[in-house]
Amino acid sequence: MPDYNEFLTRIFAILKPFAKQGIILNEDSELVTELGLTSLQVMELIEQIEDHFDMSIPLNILPDIRTIHDLALQLEKLTN
Amino acid sequence: MSLFDKFQPIVEIRAELQKLGIMPFGAVTEKILSSTEAIVNGHKVILAGTNNYLGLTFDPECIAAAKKAVEEQGTGTTGSRMANGTFTEHVKLEQELAAYFNRKHAIVFSTGYAATMGMSSTLTGAGDVIVLDADSHASIYDGVRLGGADVIRFRHNDAADLEKRLRRLGDRVTNTLIIVEGIYSMLGDQAPLADIAEVKRKYGGFLLVDEAHSLGMLGEHGRGVAEAAGVEDDVDFVVGTFSKSLGATGGYCVSSHPELEAIRFAIRSYIFTASPSPSVIASTRVALRLMQERPELRVRLWENAHRLYDGLKQLGFAVSPQVSPVVAVTIKQRDQAISWWNELMKRGAYVNLVMPPASPTTDSLLRCSVSAAHSSEQIDRIIEAFAALQAPADASAPTT
Repeated sequence: MPDYNEFLTRIFAILKPFAKQGIILNEDSELVTELGLTSLQVMELIEQIEDHFDMSIPLNILPDIRTIHDLALQLEKLTN
Repeated sequence: MSLFDKFQPIVEIRAELQKLGIMPFGAVTEKILSSTEAIVNGHKVILAGTNNYLGLTFDPECIAAAKKAVEEQGTGTTGSRMANGTFTEHVKLEQELAAYFNRKHAIVFSTGYAATMGMSSTLTGAGDVIVLDADSHASIYDGVRLGGADVIRFRHNDAADLEKRLRRLGDRVTNTLIIVEGIYSMLGDQAPLADIAEVKRKYGGFLLVDEAHSLGMLGEHGRGVAEAAGVEDDVDFVVGTFSKSLGATGGYCVSSHPELEAIRFAIRSYIFTASPSPSVIASTRVALRLMQERPELRVRLWENAHRLYDGLKQLGFAVSPQVSPVVAVTIKQRDQAISWWNELMKRGAYVNLVMPPASPTTDSLLRCSVSAAHSSEQIDRIIEAFAALQAPADASAPTT
């Protein structure tokens, strides 16, 4: 089962193209307010994580996610 | 920080449109002339986005039945189906729907939204799973959010992706409800229901199909995509609306699961709202009969669908992936879509303007829907209105 750090590494890799010039992604980066992801882009991010780890991510976790850290934490919880 | 801050994006778009003198989301139909023509915002237009697929809104038999019901039963039931709002005619309509769909049970709701949202929110609860098509209608998304089940999306119309999701669920699949639509409302594309049913047979679970935009148009008897694909036995619940092919308002769910009669009393959108008015039930019952008696309406509808689809495609517009009574033109630039919507209105074609997030992608849509009541000449006038649109040099649509 992947752990928090594995999820984090993957999320950074997927989000790299979204980071505007000068912004360095870190665990506290906010997906919507800082990176400016639209709802469609958030869903694309979720799909890419699902494909990579062969897992399904329920939409129910989304209201609890604001930052990259929140997302990695929720994913770790799902796999435990 | 104000309560109203979150509405600022809507306020800004409205102000922008007002400055341009265009109000696509508040257009007023000042006079309805027939099922295909009206005066809207001062323009005499062909109605090319009404979902009035069989054109039954002005059918004399439907109107006569509605008039008689008003005179005999009054203007409204003023009560819930569970209290004083169930009249003999509501029960008869349920029996007629069950018979038409070859199912044992039916529930009539006050709107299509109430039917779809109600079933989506009630069939599953905490601990259960919903696997839904990513492009599902807002009524489905609203419902599943209320229900408390784990909600998993699969890629739009991708049965292989659905299979992956069901496989990952393991034993939980026995408590899983799969939700898809027959024809999708925005682009008019059909669900690959034969493939979806095959996946369901392999893994298990329950299948709910929303045939709101496919009732009366597909299958030998017009029962929708499930009938056309020959997989009705694999569909546990069919939901739909009276507000499109049947020309009224209201919704339904049909199923052969005997539990539906108990589920009925757990659906909040069924219990806590007034039942459909007698006139609505009366015209719907006649429309349901006419839909079965007049298969020529379906033939005419598809002739019109092909005529409009082919016409717009020949002009180079980026039309939907599949011919259907919903013909949507995709436009990359939102401002272009707004300007063209306005131009079409001035040229006598009233279509739907759809912008993100209502559209399935970041593109905007000029969404048309045809009716069996449109004449070939009216369809040609809609095509001519599109042909007259002037694309700026950098427009990404029309495409070739």
